[in-house]
Amino acid sequence: MTRGRRAVAIVGVVLLAGGLAWGASGLYDFGHYHALYGKIVARDAVPDRSATNSVVVTAFDYRAFDTLGEEFILFVAVVGVAVLLRRLRGESGRDEDEVAEEDRRASESTRWIGMALVGPLVVLTAYIVVHGHLTPGGGFQGGVILMGAVAFVAVGGESLVLLHLRRTSSWVEMSESAGAAGFAMLGFGGLIGAGAFFQNFIANGTSGLLTGGFIPLANIAVGLEVGGALMMVISEFFDQRLHGQAT
Amino acid sequence: MNGLLALLLTLVAVVGTLAVAVREPVRQTIAVGILGLLLSMLFFALQAPDVALSEIVVGSLAIPLMLLLAIAKIREQQKPAEGEPGDAHPGEAEK
Amino acid sequence: MSIYPYVVAAWLLGAGLWGVMSSRNYVHLIICLTVMQASTYVLLLSVGYVSHGKAPIFADIPTNSVVVDPVVQALSLTDVVVEATIVALLLALVVQANKRFNTVDPDAMTRMRE
Repeated sequence: MTRGRRAVAIVGVVLLAGGLAWGASGLYDFGHYHALYGKIVARDAVPDRSATNSVVVTAFDYRAFDTLGEEFILFVAVVGVAVLLRRLRGESGRDEDEVAEEDRRASESTRWIGMALVGPLVVLTAYIVVHGHLTPGGGFQGGVILMGAVAFVAVGGESLVLLHLRRTSSWVEMSESAGAAGFAMLGFGGLIGAGAFFQNFIANGTSGLLTGGFIPLANIAVGLEVGGALMMVISEFFDQRLHGQAT
Repeated sequence: MNGLLALLLTLVAVVGTLAVAVREPVRQTIAVGILGLLLSMLFFALQAPDVALSEIVVGSLAIPLMLLLAIAKIREQQKPAEGEPGDAHPGEAEK
Repeated sequence: MSIYPYVVAAWLLGAGLWGVMSSRNYVHLIICLTVMQASTYVLLLSVGYVSHGKAPIFADIPTNSVVVDPVVQALSLTDVVVEATIVALLLALVVQANKRFNTVDPDAMTRMRE
């Protein structure tokens, strides 16, 4: 970094640190948070929706509009990754025999473990997504664990499965689109059924899994979308490794 | 504020500084993975289990994996131009 | 000691910003951006913390117990996943730029004229 640029950088960082210190002096002391919105939400979320996880109730019911915005950021970013990385596929690729040959050089046990973990991880995802309004969890956490299943298969060394998956099926993209559209449709359901966008239009259940209005449905939609989006991103990155090696 | 929170905050600051100070990308990826794990422990200590669940998988698996794949792809793209395979510092030729 | 988390968040932000400004490799720049993102999570969650408060999950604690703020946690939890996808988009841009210009050095790339 040249000397002029270093001087400007130091001035900028000092100004930023000063501004942050001045702003932080107006914050509450650590541990003595007194603002009312959080207290009202924490007190009223359980009687209002019969769901015990007030964080998920806040994110998917009271502030569902913000979550819709974040979902669309996710969707657009994944579309960008797909557009950028698929253009690179014009390079000379390797066919299935070469990939299978390289797979055989990977350790047998890690390939088996990678494939064996897919089942339990899908079950864990379903559990965390569906119980999102009762215990810590929800759509976002379940979606990233589903991405972990694909990552374990590829990291273990079983690249042939990923190659087949990319070439023969498009259910990953369909699940992502279905999730994004499903969440937006729930908002319209609120508009039609209860008069305001994203108003909770399904009545509360009594106890257990069926409480919380449309929150379980929203969790499932978000889980599908986040899982599909991150699986697409990871498989695009792995595809670059598989296809791009010119011999 | 108890000792566990103070310890975790200090560790996060130290590992974050290391992740910035190390210049070679592969070593930085290890630092980012450790930073993700420490952040999720800090979020548990701050009584935020939902955020910690997301951060465990994202910070320890997704981000280092994507970084390593991108680094490998960049090295492979730069090999013919530099003429010697296995160059450890792509892109730092100009100083 | 009651401002220590805010100091750590500010330190991470400053360190990440310094790394972004002085970086000579785009992948190093993206990692410094990740450190800056981590500082925002630490700041948000530290602001909402209540001393001796429990997690805002009422599955096994009574509804009127002292809990930490759930609103900042709702903000942070969507943020973590979305910013991982943004890092993926940035990495895809870097890989594409490297294919086009054959370098990942920010200074070299700004000096190029097409």
